[in-house]
Amino acid sequence: MRIAVCIKQVPDTEARLRVSADGKWIDEEDLPFVINESDEYALEEALQIAEKTDGEVVVFGLGPERTREALRKGLALGAAKAVHLEDEAFEGGDAVATGRALAAAIGRESFDLVMTGSQSDDIGWGATGSIIAGLLGWPHAWLVMGVELEEGGSSAKVTREMESGMNEIFRLSLPAVLEVQAGINHPRYASLKGIMQAKKKEIAKLSCSDLGLEASQVGAAGSGVQILSVAFPETGEGAQIIEGDAESAAKALVEKLKTEARVL
Amino acid sequence: MGKKIWAVAQQRAGELNRMSWEAIVAAQKLARLLDGEVEVVVLGEGDPVKSVTSDLARASVQCVRTADHPALASYTPGAYVGLFRSAIEKALPGLIILPHTYQSIDFMARLAQESGFALVPEVTEAGLEDGRLALRRPIMGGKLSAKVAIKDGSSAILSVQSGAFAAADLEEGDGAPSEALEFDAAAVSPDREILGVEEVGGEQVDLSQASVIVAVGRGVGGADKMAPVEELAQALGAEIGASRPVIDNGWLPRDRQIGSSGQTVAPKLYIALGISGAIQHLVGMKGSQVVVAVNKDPGAPIFGVARYGVVADLHEVVPALTQAIREAKA
Repeated sequence: MRIAVCIKQVPDTEARLRVSADGKWIDEEDLPFVINESDEYALEEALQIAEKTDGEVVVFGLGPERTREALRKGLALGAAKAVHLEDEAFEGGDAVATGRALAAAIGRESFDLVMTGSQSDDIGWGATGSIIAGLLGWPHAWLVMGVELEEGGSSAKVTREMESGMNEIFRLSLPAVLEVQAGINHPRYASLKGIMQAKKKEIAKLSCSDLGLEASQVGAAGSGVQILSVAFPETGEGAQIIEGDAESAAKALVEKLKTEARVL
Repeated sequence: MGKKIWAVAQQRAGELNRMSWEAIVAAQKLARLLDGEVEVVVLGEGDPVKSVTSDLARASVQCVRTADHPALASYTPGAYVGLFRSAIEKALPGLIILPHTYQSIDFMARLAQESGFALVPEVTEAGLEDGRLALRRPIMGGKLSAKVAIKDGSSAILSVQSGAFAAADLEEGDGAPSEALEFDAAAVSPDREILGVEEVGGEQVDLSQASVIVAVGRGVGGADKMAPVEELAQALGAEIGASRPVIDNGWLPRDRQIGSSGQTVAPKLYIALGISGAIQHLVGMKGSQVVVAVNKDPGAPIFGVARYGVVADLHEVVPALTQAIREAKA
């Protein structure tokens, strides 16, 4: 089974964030970037399926130069090949514009499955995989918590998470796009051997014109939505911050819970 | 922007998802701003969809439009996208507003792309700016929010975040008429064969009744670091809960999860340890009476909903807190 996995590089969720000078995004200088969490789970699921079916995984990433680090990590984890969509025209795209570029890149090759994370930890559209599916004309599922191949790979039993602690199980014909939820598996760590091998693997580069797309179809120009500004949310009154070292803060807090909030 | 606004209600087996009312409230608000008219749209088959239609009629809207089709008995994105795409071509709504549920997210992106609509998921605020629709939505896991605009003239599909528009603000009327939604029946083609529904590991622990909860987040760092937290919970007589990353990492079982994909709680005291406060977590615990947050990051959104905050490493604060509580109770 040949599987395409889309991975996105996002700011580390633990990082301290600042709003950029133009107020329209976050300041990316000195920001640590990592592979988006649910994408790591998607990659692990794809690698496991590829191993069982004697197939291979190709990782796709759209973004600036730094995206190569994420793709290199994907190769170290076991992907056979990486494709880097890099072009100034791709910048500032919403999910529809980004999905259009990724679908065009994936459509250049033959795949049985496309896997993505369910949502990015930065802008969080939760939509790119569904849009790729629409453009490829394949069925899709979002928030996938289980995949079981059937009948020599022409269909799969898929489990999707629903609200209130329920899962739904259904059969999906392949090829399909699966948008994987974090927690579906236990992502592996890269081995030293994997890291060494990754250095020899190919990272193909594709520009907007390589994909046969116009600059007006991708990036900010191809998006129906534009970001006007970003801000830290107004938090209303917010918390009363209790200062001091651990011991004095703990004592002060317990006192307040007892006498002010009266919940102890 | 067209004047017709659709608010999509969601039902399952005749039970209306309560977030449907919030989508209707958002649509009523936008209709006032844009001088538009609201129609409620609900999909399903037979009695279930009929019963929710009469319930929805109390909203002050132009009409409640029902799509009743055998292939809509169970949700599938293929049937929903096909139906909506053909209905949009006939009725030309300018704005479609859905509740931000897992089901909406599953199909709305594909519908937006296939219908040429702009897509804005997880809206928390809506207004006009320079005559254009401006919408706020969380980014960076809720640490920040972005204000986004729909490009000129484009129709758009929005989903509204749970709790962002209060169902209590619903404008009621004297019974909205019920109408059929026009669509091409041939376009309704399910793309999944539904096999069944299962409960995830069964809910052995019911956190909804707990009066005190100590909840841990990613900041706890590992299953081996839980002992001091357990001692704190014991001193307080509290149940232990967690945010999603803790569960995904296997540090606690899934029945301890609080948030949109876990349990909804409303204790009188909620102590959040190393929880940043992603919106998915906040929706599960915002009914708590008093929230205490301990987090290293002073910018963590959890401090926005907390009454008391301590900006520090939880591993230093927790043992001190256990001690202080034991002394206070002694």
